[in-house]
Amino acid sequence: MNIPLPDLTPIIPEIIMSIVTCALLTVEVFVKDKTKDFLGIICIGTALAVMYMIPMSQGVTFGGMFISDGYSSYFKFIFLISLILTILISFKFIQREDAEFGEYYSLLMFATAGMMIMASSADLILLYLGLELMALSTYILAGIKRHDTRSNEAALKYFLLGAFSSAILLFGISLTYGLTTSTNIYQIAEHLKQGETSITLLIAMIMIICAFAFKIASAPFHMWAPDVYQGAPTSVTAFFSVGPKAAGFAVIGRVFFIAFESLQMDWTAILIGLAILTMAVGNILAIVQTNMKRMLAYSSIAHAGYALLGIIAGTTEGLNAVMTYLLIYAFMNMGAFAIVILLEKGENIKDYNGLSKSHPLVAAMMLVFMFSLTGIPPTAGFIGKFNIFMAAINAGYTWVVVVAVCFSAISAYYYMRIVMNMFMKPMEAEAKIYPNPANGAALLISLLMVFIIGIMPSVVIGYTFQMFM
Amino acid sequence: MLPQIIFGYFAIVTIVLSLVIITRKNPVHSVLWMLVLFFHIAAIYLFLNAEFIAAVQVILYAGAVLVLFLFVIMMLNLKEELSSERFIGEWPIGVALGLSILLFIFFSIAKLAPGPLGKFTIELIQKETHTKAIGKVLYTEYILPFEVASLILLIAIVGAMVLAKKRT
Repeated sequence: MNIPLPDLTPIIPEIIMSIVTCALLTVEVFVKDKTKDFLGIICIGTALAVMYMIPMSQGVTFGGMFISDGYSSYFKFIFLISLILTILISFKFIQREDAEFGEYYSLLMFATAGMMIMASSADLILLYLGLELMALSTYILAGIKRHDTRSNEAALKYFLLGAFSSAILLFGISLTYGLTTSTNIYQIAEHLKQGETSITLLIAMIMIICAFAFKIASAPFHMWAPDVYQGAPTSVTAFFSVGPKAAGFAVIGRVFFIAFESLQMDWTAILIGLAILTMAVGNILAIVQTNMKRMLAYSSIAHAGYALLGIIAGTTEGLNAVMTYLLIYAFMNMGAFAIVILLEKGENIKDYNGLSKSHPLVAAMMLVFMFSLTGIPPTAGFIGKFNIFMAAINAGYTWVVVVAVCFSAISAYYYMRIVMNMFMKPMEAEAKIYPNPANGAALLISLLMVFIIGIMPSVVIGYTFQMFM
Repeated sequence: MLPQIIFGYFAIVTIVLSLVIITRKNPVHSVLWMLVLFFHIAAIYLFLNAEFIAAVQVILYAGAVLVLFLFVIMMLNLKEELSSERFIGEWPIGVALGLSILLFIFFSIAKLAPGPLGKFTIELIQKETHTKAIGKVLYTEYILPFEVASLILLIAIVGAMVLAKKRT
């Protein structure tokens, strides 16, 4: 029997990622170096090469199962940026944390490969497998400080709840398959356009929403986020708060805008409820936190709520706004985590008291990231929120935007509290910092992008869209 | 009539065995009852003409997964397990959830449509056998999910190593 080889061009980025990662796992055993920095450098090099290759590898392959288009390319760009920034802030930090294994970098790479497959999959089976590839890697990364009970707790909680959400997703997918006789997203859409909606279909869709909401840490499926974010090593937390969230939005966009297009009324209603609840839970609970990582966890929950508004809008404008928002969010959140890593003790909010006296430059950078997370011009965070809110208003959801703006105002309280602690509270003890070139580079990139996107949004956003769409 | 009676036997025994498994006090007994359960489930797959899945059910579940369960039980303190309550206080919620899922499946099953046969007619399957047909599809049409699944298994191995490695 003659089997034609499928066209591999669209999937070259994923193949390169997987092959390099497998090679890293092997090479790592033979190299007796004390540090594993070179592995990280190889990963960054690969990520840059893959980023360069993505625009050239467009197309559909494997019988319509795998699609590499502008949409997936843009998300892959976000994943790779978050991977590069994570590796940059990891270098010295994982040595300090006693979590330096060669596998650390391989798992980051595998997780990114899984996200890339998720963003590109046009088939629910492939989507599920990509999601598991990402999820399994992240469970292990959460527990990589295996002599630390908090890290163990984080890994276990993430694993159990993640497995539960996977089961719900599979149940939803199998029901969808039973109703539409296909797992291909485009064929499902074709089938649903003809048939009438049934309760069963709605329940299947709700199950899929639940599983995706778990991945983006949207309330009421956010319970794992604070514990996992607190327990995992800070560099891994930074990765969690950007990569898997963006991947979750990538599949939400693909599945709901294409497969469940004819059910838009229904999923919009559900997502409005989710978004408002997410913003409420994230912003209100963030106020009472005393731990920096927990606060950033609740802040990331809140940001998932804002980003959902773009999906709710249900227009191309809304989807573009979500993509821009996630790109901006990657830079500002990574920047904030880079500062937490830079400090010897950055876990407690009290540790930031009087930071401007001992390290004015660090405090100033943190100020920029906090302003950006709040959404104050001229930082990028403002542009991101502005685009999302405009898209939702143009789609006719003004009242949801009014609610979102109210919660956004609440968020200013806990972000500004950090700024107040740094600049207005007296210094309690001289804070110790661990500067190193890699972390500095990550900070510089984040800082520059926050300002450049904030001041000249149309130039940067236009360029990235032109490049990848 | 005879097939119905045999199917009825397997179906009822499967339900009874499931109840037996979750009510045993000794976890080792539960696992051994589970072995019996897996064979009965394999028989139900045979009724669906799915001999490949039936074989996998016996080899993988009865063979590998059960051994894994026994390994986990080895790490438990059996004496402590025996004296503790089998069900936590919230078990009625679990029962309610289970029943609602049952009702949901009961009412929605009529809406589910069988997937397209494609080129796999009953005659072709009878000629080629299930295993060959599944193998062909898996290595051609579904090669990409198959490869991704292999990566997932690789990660499971790497993860076990990372979490269990000796501290250096």
